[in-house]
Order: sequence, then C-alpha cells, then structure tokens
Amino acid sequence: MELQKGKRHQWTLFKIREDIPKKWYFTGVSAAFILLLLIWILLSNLKLVDEVFLPTPAAVVGSFFAALSSPEYWGEIGISVYRVFMGFLLACLLGIPLGILAGTFKLAESVILPVSEFIRYMPAAAFIPLIMVWAGIGETAKILVIFIGSFFQLVLMVADDTNRIHKDLLYASYTLGANRWQVISKVIIPAMLPKLMTTMRLIMGWAWTYLVVAELVAANNGLGYSIMKAQRFMDTESIFVGIIVIGLLGLIIDRCFAYINKKLFPWAEGGN
Amino acid sequence: MLNAIKAEKNLRQEKIEINIQNLSKVYKTNNGSFQALENVSLYVKNEEFVSILGPSGCGKSTILRILAGLEEPTSGSVQVSGEEVKGPSAKRGMVFQSYTLFPWLTVRENIEFGLKLKGMKQKERKEISDRYLELVGLERFADSYGKELSGGMKQRVAIARSLANNPEVLLMDEPFGALDAQTKQSMQQLLLDIWKKEKTTIVFITHDIDEALFLSQRIYVMEARPGRILEEIDADLQLFQDGELVDVEKFMNVKKHIISLLKH
Repeated sequence: MELQKGKRHQWTLFKIREDIPKKWYFTGVSAAFILLLLIWILLSNLKLVDEVFLPTPAAVVGSFFAALSSPEYWGEIGISVYRVFMGFLLACLLGIPLGILAGTFKLAESVILPVSEFIRYMPAAAFIPLIMVWAGIGETAKILVIFIGSFFQLVLMVADDTNRIHKDLLYASYTLGANRWQVISKVIIPAMLPKLMTTMRLIMGWAWTYLVVAELVAANNGLGYSIMKAQRFMDTESIFVGIIVIGLLGLIIDRCFAYINKKLFPWAEGGN
Repeated sequence: MLNAIKAEKNLRQEKIEINIQNLSKVYKTNNGSFQALENVSLYVKNEEFVSILGPSGCGKSTILRILAGLEEPTSGSVQVSGEEVKGPSAKRGMVFQSYTLFPWLTVRENIEFGLKLKGMKQKERKEISDRYLELVGLERFADSYGKELSGGMKQRVAIARSLANNPEVLLMDEPFGALDAQTKQSMQQLLLDIWKKEKTTIVFITHDIDEALFLSQRIYVMEARPGRILEEIDADLQLFQDGELVDVEKFMNVKKHIISLLKH
C-alpha cells in the first residue's frame, strides 16, 4: 500500500509540463546550488585543482567583501553602470521609435528591418577596432560598442512587439472614430508597453555583455578592466569577484524591471 | 396628432439606411486573383435588424468590413445614410468576433473611449457610460480590466462601447461565434432587448441559421466562391415569444428552406 502511494507520487512529479508542489520546486533549486557549491568546495579545498586556477569559496567571499569595502571598487562599478546605462539609453531613444515605426508602417519596415537584420549578424565585438579608429578609446568608444550591440536587436524586437498587436484592435478603434495618429498614440503604444518593458529587460542583459567586451579590450577602469587586470596578476579570486558582481548587478536590474512591469501594468495578461 | 407621430415613425422606419449596389471585391493573390464578392446588392432599412448568413469564405465579413470602411470595394456603390462610405467612421460602430477590448483600460474607460476621442467632458461621459453599463448589466464591473472578464462579458463591453458612440448603424461580425452555447443564447436575448430599446439599425453576420432566425427581421443568404446573395428571406414571422420558440412548424419550414439553399 505504502509502496503504491510512493509510486504514484513519483509519477505526479514527472508529469510533462504539469505543476509540482512549491516545496519540491524549491528543493530542486536549492539542491542545484548546493551541488554546485559542493563541487567547488571539493575541487578547491581538497586541492584537486591548483589554488591559482580555482580559489576556495571562502577566499572568494573574503575577497568579495574586501572589494565592496574599498571605495575604488565602487568607482569601477560606477563607471561600468554609467557606460551600460548610457549605451542602453541611447539605443532605447533611437531604437524604440524606429521599431514602432517599422512595426506600424510597411514602408518604414522595408527601410528599417532588412538593414537591421543584416547588421545584427555582424558581431558587435568585431566593430571594436573600427570604433577605436573612429572614436578613440574614450568613453564614447565604450558606449558605442554597447549601443551597436543592443540597438539593432532592439529595433527588430520592438518592431515585432508592435506587429503582434491584433489587427482587430486597430480596426475597432477606427470604427470608434480614431484617426491614424490616435490609433498609434492611444492604441498601439499603450497596447505594446508591457511587451516593450520585457524587451528592454532582455536588451539590458545584452548591454552588460557588450560592456564587458568593450572593457576587456580597451579600458583602464570599470569592472571588465578589473577582471582583465586580475588576470594579469593571476589573481583568480578577483576574477571570480568581478564576474559575481556583474551577475548580481544584472540580477538586481532585472528584478527592478520585473517589479516596475508588474506595478505599471496590472492589466497585462499572463504576468511577469 | 398621435397619427401624425405614428406616420412620421413609419416613414422613418421605411427610410433606407444602408444601400449596397452591385458590390464586387477582387483580391489579388500570388497566382492571379480571387473573386470574394460578385455583384452583391442589398439594403437595410432604418431601425431594421438584418442578418447576412452564409458558409465560411462566402465573403459576408468582407461586406461588413467594406460597410465599416475598413476595406475598399473593387466596384459598386456602398451608401450609408445617403453618403458613399469613404473610410472608417464613428457613425458605423462595429463588434468583432475576437475580443477587442483595450486591455489597459477599465470597462468604463473602454465604453468612454470613443466619447473621449470626440472631446466630450468627463461628466457627460460618465452619464453615458453609466447608462450603457446598466444596459449590458455590467455596473459592478465598471472598474475591472478585460482580463478579469469572461468572453460573454467582454462582448457585452464591446457592444456597449459601440453603442455609447451613438452610431447610425451597428455592424456585428459573428460576435457570439466564440462563446459557449448557454452564453451565446443569453447574449442573443440581450442583444434583442437592446435593439428594441435603442432602435439601432443592425447588420449581423453569422453562419448559424437558428441565430439568424431568432434575431433578425430579414436574412440575406449567401453562397461562396464567388460570394453571391442567393435569396432574401423574410424572417419577421413571430416565430418566437419572450425568447421561446412558439411556431415550431413554420420555423422548421424556413430552416429547411435555408438549408436546401445552402446545400445547392
């Protein structure tokens, strides 16, 4: 009897795409993190891998707090956050209107989308030498790398967000007396806002990736540079700290976006 | 005096509200062209409830979209209130089969959407939306968003939203097509009550014979490929009383006749 019950229980945990009790879900999440940590501890503390390649968790945590207590490190964080936001902001300021335009008018689509599609496949990192020729190695260069990496992607995704609005919604507004401009301003834009926020959230992730690319190649400050510098001195702990800090910053920004989305658009179906 | 009013009322009801003459619509496709409508002529009188009935692909929705001004005819004339239709306008309200509620607006804001576009003051808007919220029985949901409503409730909002604009005609494109049987029935009754109260001219698209017979005064039966009108049927036969079928024999006769038309 007991055995049968246990068997049935197993089956319910492995139903395709069905929900499982929250308790089991969190067990899975914590098991994965603990396993990862265990492997790390095993490899580093038992000296299965040389300390130079893989520092112990305790050393990384120590180094993490040491970094956070130094004002210089906050300076590095600050300059990196500044670059990401500038590149991202620039991409949004230009990319969102262009994306909406491309998703609204077929003629604009023909001008904007194929070109963006084409450039999107050119790796942003490959532009770095060119950007250095054009813009030197100052702030503009780093912001430009982030901009190029996120802009074309953003235009395509915003155009798609705009395109996904059901045509009947637009027809309905016409029959309620809306003119073309009102259809754009009072229907298309409000209808796409939640999707736009989700798109911006995704693009923000891309922007961080390109920040590191830009700072690894040509910078003398910032988080990417601090990772690069640490590598030169074989300071693996600091490399770990750099990666973790970037990950945490990304996570914090992502959660902020999710929270704002939920607060601003309580009407959106599906949730975030 | 009373007779004069009555006479005027009759005159108003006899007035032709919608007049379509020799309407054709040809779509260009990758391999040639496709004739969606061929020489369609029909009329709808003021305050009349007319259904256009036909199988899918017969172009009945195309007629409605052309009437709304959302599509252009290839040839022929389409007049509403004596004016050629040149583009969409608030004078011709439309209810779609898909739910077209603006999800970022509450039920009340949805109903007031057209009024706000007209620049109407908030106080006036509220009076009108109150009235139509009551008409469709959604007073309690005035501040709800679309995602909190059932399919039937969403369509009630869509009807209220169109009527709040006080259109000359209400165009309905299979509005109850996505609803379950019970909801569909109560919505049909509600629509009939609204029509009697509001005296709106209604053009109703459906492929459901029972629905057309229950709702309309006249029915145009269409065939597909190319879309053509087969017959105009008088459906003002007192078949129903208080929503109940009372003349089963006559109902079955008309229904059989329509079925044979559609089979041919």
